[in-house]
Amino acid sequence: METLERIVAEHPFFAGLEEQYLQLLAGCASNVRFEGGKYILREGEEASQFFLIRHGKVALEIAAPHRGRLTVETLGEGDILGWSWLIPPYHWRLDARAVDLTRAIALDGKCLRTKCEQNHDLGYELLKRFAHIMERRLETTRFQLLDVYAAHK
Amino acid sequence: MATLPTDPMVPDPYRVGQVWKETSDTFTLALEPADGAACSGFSPGQFSMLYVFGVGELPISISGDPEDPGRLIYTVRSVGQATHALVSRKPGEMVGVRGPFGGCWPLAEARGKDVVLVAGGLGLAPLRPAIYQVLRHREDYGRLIVLYGGRSPRDLLYRKELAAWARQPDTQVLSTVDYGGLSWRGHVGVVTSLFRYVRLQPARTVAMLCGPEIMMRFVTRELESCGVQAPDIYLSMERNMKCAVGFCGHCQYGPYFICKDGPVFPYSKVRSLLEKHEI
Repeated sequence: METLERIVAEHPFFAGLEEQYLQLLAGCASNVRFEGGKYILREGEEASQFFLIRHGKVALEIAAPHRGRLTVETLGEGDILGWSWLIPPYHWRLDARAVDLTRAIALDGKCLRTKCEQNHDLGYELLKRFAHIMERRLETTRFQLLDVYAAHK
Repeated sequence: MATLPTDPMVPDPYRVGQVWKETSDTFTLALEPADGAACSGFSPGQFSMLYVFGVGELPISISGDPEDPGRLIYTVRSVGQATHALVSRKPGEMVGVRGPFGGCWPLAEARGKDVVLVAGGLGLAPLRPAIYQVLRHREDYGRLIVLYGGRSPRDLLYRKELAAWARQPDTQVLSTVDYGGLSWRGHVGVVTSLFRYVRLQPARTVAMLCGPEIMMRFVTRELESCGVQAPDIYLSMERNMKCAVGFCGHCQYGPYFICKDGPVFPYSKVRSLLEKHEI
């Protein structure tokens, strides 16, 4: 059976991370599953975790007045869900809903924040990796905003 | 008696066979030679000039099966007077056809390699003949990966075929939309986000791209970050083509005429042009 430490170690997000940090991360990790349709996190709620998606699909949603809930992006196997646990005021900025049955590893953000404050090398490593994800999502958001397939283009 | 070569400026009469509605503004037309003869052959990636008599002439990529000799298939988005007139033709009505023109997708060069096709919006239409060709000669190629991005679920072309292609061996077909409603269970996000779900083997990959130019810029960047080399990336460029044989200069793109030097170009040839504005 796969141990949490091995799953965390094999995830591309943590590739190359020192063994001591992997053990520490695995200590903050737990297996979670969400049935299709269930909300994993809600806008405004305290952000105390992040997730390594192992299987399934998650819709990131924003509720807009008169337009209902809009899916702005979907995440799937191998993706990381959630970075608000790392940035004050530690509140989710959108909703995340499992589209299908979703299995993930949840990492305790509160616990990790404390460890990052105590060990800045770990904090810098994690911040670099999250900055890369943020940069990618910013680029895809800019691309999305261009609305390149609209008839007027 | 020797026959005279066909004048490339003179359209051949074709009859509209069938018209299918693909999306709210996009239609597929099957055209058959009015004299009942076989169609002129074409290679995947080529285009024709379609003449709606009395209205105007349009460059349209051929989107059908290159091994179907009886008809030519075109997928057309109704965005202006001439395209509206074209998609409004009824079965039995006549259309003029010139061509096929231009170069083709590098399917010969891709033999033995993985073929990655990345399409955006209507860009799936010029790539569809390449998909038919790879699937028909499956043993000649490695994996077939089709990544397709559209504006919304209702704007996706050929949805039944996409599902059928995905069931073929060694074939991965992923679609995504920029805006998905709650009933859409597929991916939401731009086409480059789909690269997260494919494992490319860059040294044995040939990529072919078709879609809005800015989309292709984003995709080439993504492919290069995955390790695919510029000479293994091909794009289909689009400009306002008129004569289709390199006389008029309407489709000039830097030192090239899209109609005769393209529309398919190796990325390495047009890379510097893509990075310049207003060309």
